[in-house]
Amino acid sequence: MRLTPDQLIYWEIGVFKLNATIVFTWAIMLVLVVGSILITRRLTAEHKRSRWQNFLEIIVTGIEKQIGEVGLRNAKNYLPFLGTLFLFVATASLFTIIPGYEPPTGSLSTTAALALSVLIAVPMFGIQDQGLRGYLKSYIEPTVIMLPFNIISEVSRTLALAVRLFGNMMSGAMIIGILLTITPFLFPIVMTLLGLLTGMVQAYIFSILAAVYIAAAVRTKTRKSQLKPT
Amino acid sequence: MDNMTLIAVASIITAGFTTSVGCMMPALGEGKSVSAALTSLAQQPDASATITRTLFVGLAMIESTAIYCFVVSMILIFANPFWNHVTAAAAASN
Repeated sequence: MRLTPDQLIYWEIGVFKLNATIVFTWAIMLVLVVGSILITRRLTAEHKRSRWQNFLEIIVTGIEKQIGEVGLRNAKNYLPFLGTLFLFVATASLFTIIPGYEPPTGSLSTTAALALSVLIAVPMFGIQDQGLRGYLKSYIEPTVIMLPFNIISEVSRTLALAVRLFGNMMSGAMIIGILLTITPFLFPIVMTLLGLLTGMVQAYIFSILAAVYIAAAVRTKTRKSQLKPT
Repeated sequence: MDNMTLIAVASIITAGFTTSVGCMMPALGEGKSVSAALTSLAQQPDASATITRTLFVGLAMIESTAIYCFVVSMILIFANPFWNHVTAAAAASN
């Protein structure tokens, strides 16, 4: 049985293999980029707007509000990164309603890449906010003894981020695959429905965890001034 | 029993045991956290956004342990490196 879409190879030349993960990732990128270009080409600020513009505005303002609620002030700064993460993971699991499609997030390579980008983005945002010295100082925050534990936690949470998304997506595809052999007709549809729900929840969790990590890297210095409720 | 049978038996039993323990314990933990969140939601409906978000993040943390167990048992069943090694050795000796 195929565990991941990595093992479904469409085309091969030398060491380069074009597997299903890459193809579906490209397809999602194409849909997202072309779709947003087409929609944002005719933006208006009048009262009469197109449906798609309203749709995009709902998504963007919703993500921005969620980022703000995590505790990141100046949410627009983090919107491109976190919003892209959310939209990619959500679209990847939403497209499972198309027959023959397998979510690229069901491959450990994709989720590891996403988690690595979070691992790199967290220090970048931290340095941007409080400078190199201030950010590095947050590693030895209570005492110097905590330095190895802080580094371990950075690595282990990246691993957990990758494996969590991979396991959820892979288990959804696999349960449907197993059920198809046992009860072929009705039950896999119900599980697909459940998979759509868990896909959305996983997209939310992935981006909100990234936001929480960034907030932890950014906030350390300004914690005292932030005690008032938002 | 030869090595091949031993590895097969150990893999299957361990996979089942991993899944059973990995379902039981996170389920208990998630049930506790959800019940606590529901209690606090009933007490303070105004704080529902914060409570729900924290609940989701916490559930994701708890659930990742279950996912680890799931991934380990899937590896044991479908992509077992020891089994692959033994079958490759058996194919080479034949």
